[in-house]
Amino acid sequence: MQKKISKIPFKGTAEQEQKLKEVIDKYCDDQSRLMMVMQEAQDIYGYLPFEVQLMIADGMNVPLEKVYGIATFYSQFSLSPKGDYDISVCMGTACYVKGAGEIFERISQKLGIGADECTEDGKFSITACRCIGACGLAPVMTINDDVYGRLTPDDVDDILAKYANKA
Amino acid sequence: MVRSHVLVCGGTGCTSSNSLKIIEALEKEINKQGLTDEVKVVQTGCFGLCALGPVMIVYPEGCFYSMVKVEDIPEIVSEHLLKGRIVTRLLYDETVGKDEIKSLNETDFYKKQVRVALRNCGVIDPESIEEYIAYDGYMALAKCLTEYTPEQVIKIVSDSGLRGRGGGGFPTGRKWALTAPNKAPQKYVVCNADEGDPGAFMDRSVLEGDPHAIIEAMAIAGYAIGATKGFVYVRAEYPIAVKRLQIAIDKAREYGLLGKNILGSGFDFDMEIRLGAGAFVCGEETALMTSIEGNRGEPRPRPPYPAVKGLFGMPTVENNVETLANIPQIILRGPEWFSSMGTEKSKGTKVFALGGKIKHTGLVEIPMGTTLREVVEEIGGGIPGGKKFKAAQTGGPSGGCIPAELFDTKIDYDNLTEIGCMMGSGGLIVMDEDTCMVDIAKFFLEFTVDESCGKCTPCRVGTKRLLEKLEKITSGNGTMQDIDELEELCNFIKENSLCGLGQTAPNPVLSTLRFFRDEYISHVKDKKCPAGVCKSLMSYVIIADKCKGCTACVRVCPVGAISGSVKQPHVIDDSKCIKCGACMEKCKFGAIVKQ
Repeated sequence: MQKKISKIPFKGTAEQEQKLKEVIDKYCDDQSRLMMVMQEAQDIYGYLPFEVQLMIADGMNVPLEKVYGIATFYSQFSLSPKGDYDISVCMGTACYVKGAGEIFERISQKLGIGADECTEDGKFSITACRCIGACGLAPVMTINDDVYGRLTPDDVDDILAKYANKA
Repeated sequence: MVRSHVLVCGGTGCTSSNSLKIIEALEKEINKQGLTDEVKVVQTGCFGLCALGPVMIVYPEGCFYSMVKVEDIPEIVSEHLLKGRIVTRLLYDETVGKDEIKSLNETDFYKKQVRVALRNCGVIDPESIEEYIAYDGYMALAKCLTEYTPEQVIKIVSDSGLRGRGGGGFPTGRKWALTAPNKAPQKYVVCNADEGDPGAFMDRSVLEGDPHAIIEAMAIAGYAIGATKGFVYVRAEYPIAVKRLQIAIDKAREYGLLGKNILGSGFDFDMEIRLGAGAFVCGEETALMTSIEGNRGEPRPRPPYPAVKGLFGMPTVENNVETLANIPQIILRGPEWFSSMGTEKSKGTKVFALGGKIKHTGLVEIPMGTTLREVVEEIGGGIPGGKKFKAAQTGGPSGGCIPAELFDTKIDYDNLTEIGCMMGSGGLIVMDEDTCMVDIAKFFLEFTVDESCGKCTPCRVGTKRLLEKLEKITSGNGTMQDIDELEELCNFIKENSLCGLGQTAPNPVLSTLRFFRDEYISHVKDKKCPAGVCKSLMSYVIIADKCKGCTACVRVCPVGAISGSVKQPHVIDDSKCIKCGACMEKCKFGAIVKQ
């Protein structure tokens, strides 16, 4: 899977770096925990920019190539920042046969961005995600932790408006 | 004294439809009406009937309330819980008989089900080890440690006829027997909970609803093969499952059911969770092990098999969640009990995640050998909207479609393999006449192209070429030669790929070609998509006689493809039309049709 690499400059804080250091210190004696470190790093920064990958590689004493290899292999890792509101449209089979494709298209049209992209104001990003297992509610999407099920393309406008108006 | 229990489903389906708010409202209302000491609210795992979520059951009456709303709670509490008057209008309509309330087990959805792997789901509070123990929990482990030798445990599992529920169907007992004799400084038990099949959520439900069963089964497996360490590899997309499993592991450790010298038997076993990061190929056992070791999850060539050289180069048994969930029951009730269910070569039950175009989407557990018709029509309640059944898809991206003419196929491993399908992990997606089978094949190929790890060429390049051919056909540029080449390429990929992902990736194409070849042909020859799904092959047309010239469609069209003057029939310019369908939805007179 081709990953989009962000051109937005890295804006990590010292506080974030401190947190990452703590994580690395906890796990650095066991290289099999590299993925765990990367998962926690993504929780801290929201994505895995090159600078963070470098810190992880140094801290875990593995080649950067390995960190990059893992970051691009697993779909959970993102190389570009997410919006304040990250929309994931489930593309599992159950959702797909119930029209998830149309939902995705409507959102993409509305926001003017494609998969794994972020709107210019940094507010929304959109992902076509793997089955989240809420097949009973198909088609489903999530916006951060909120779940929306039994969607029709017409629901999209109202739902997006709710978030667009939030600070 | 608690006189009433309210069990609210806390599975992912129901929490997505706000069951947590229901619990909150219930507790608040119960408190307000002074019933805190008399009524207990329990958050359980999945009940199975996800389509009706959020759902809850009130015991001892066994009343099943479905699609509960927060606004309904005060009424349920004051009427039912306080005054004992059941709120019939909020009950699941199938449980409302003429004069009495039927038990849930008498409804069509549950009647034919036999719950073994799911027996505690929706029954106990998954976060309470005491409730698990009260339902015979950890008794099987105790029995193994005190009454059986490891060899006897393996024999019981072998005799039961249990086969791997993750897809392949390898006999579990034999897997254990192959690993046990190998001497090594460390052996491992791995639980595969990387449920990557789109549309399948059995393993998630077991972990969410009955996590202790998995811990117990892994400890039993550890005892049988001589392993002291276990890993559960779970998808990070399943936060509730991860949380409950972690709580369960901590509790089991606290109770001395994990750790050193379990139950004073001298047997040590401990386990930890490792999170997947979203790679379908990690469901393949060697890829999963590579991933736990902290690498890109690429599969390894076999032999050596994991039984000899698995995780960290040590002998390893890897079992799927549902397989493990059966183990404690087999130990307690004996192999004969288990093998009395099912067909000759497929024993026991199988959990399916019913989804797609079906009334009762949700989780069902049926004895092997139940027919597809029974599952879809009786348990699943048939297809909504009076549409016709077209096919059922099992096995996800590795499986195939069962067409309507094979509706009476008995579901077991061998029958499904015979018709070019596979059991897979248990996703069962129902499709009706509005589903285009070429498009479905394309959908699965898009998935495998995305998920192919890239290690071997047949899979990496082959699946990409397959997808290109399918795209050519669905865009109306295909030829009959493409169909033949498609088939040839499929067979080549099947024979030459390194791991299960590549070997099964062509199945969706092969099986749709086998049963729905005419659909491929109409895409190629007539340039038509019979189901009206493939956008390049259809156009929207206005029927002049029905058009009143109201201009509603002109206003709604995002690309200005519709023209015509007021009160005159309008026309759609096909070259501009993007086939969004907005005009058809808007037209009040049914004058716009897909062709």
